Amino acid sequence: MAVPKRKMSRANTRSRRANWKATPVALQACPSCGANKQAHMACPSCGTYNGRHYGAAERTEHQA
Amino acid sequence: MPTPTKGARLGGSPAHQRLILANMATQLFAHDRITTTEAKAKRLRPYAERLVSFAKRGDLASRRRVMRSIGDKGVVHRLFTEIAPDMAERPGGYTRITKIAPRKGDNAPMVVIELVREAYSAKQSTVKEAEAATQRAAKDEQAAPAATEAQKVDEA
Repeated sequence: MAVPKRKMSRANTRSRRANWKATPVALQACPSCGANKQAHMACPSCGTYNGRHYGAAERTEHQA
Repeated sequence: MPTPTKGARLGGSPAHQRLILANMATQLFAHDRITTTEAKAKRLRPYAERLVSFAKRGDLASRRRVMRSIGDKGVVHRLFTEIAPDMAERPGGYTRITKIAPRKGDNAPMVVIELVREAYSAKQSTVKEAEAATQRAAKDEQAAPAATEAQKVDEA
């Protein structure tokens, strides 16, 4: 089995990992309440999607 | 007909998947709307819609076919007497999946799957298309008798 010949330096490891970036979640204003929501998803603050209301979509106190 | 599923079953084994789908369909027809994960909802959709198609047919054979997957007679009765008449006009697409925020514990993508029980109104583009098709058919019919008459004259 092929194995690395040399120990990889901390700097090399860190410079490789420096490119692991998270992208911000794209948000948009909810057309009914104006709060931020993700596209194609029921609004977590008012629970509406396409004019219909979904109680299960509303944010509970455990999620914040 | 739903496309056969490829890959792993829900719950690990085919028997477990059958039970999961049957239980979810029962709950869906009992409550009209259930909250579940996206993967389960996507598997449930063709399964439940097929059962609605049987309910729309409404005869004893189809009722027995539905009873094979839904054990609860009360729910089957509700499906055949309350849900099926609402779907009479609707040409498929009996369920709707709406995404909601992911679950807190494991960040699983969650959805609400519900029966579409609103009164059916065809999309305007579909109506226009259908009207054009009937007009074309009428025109063809007008042209066709003339052609057959001409043939008869030739034969005589």
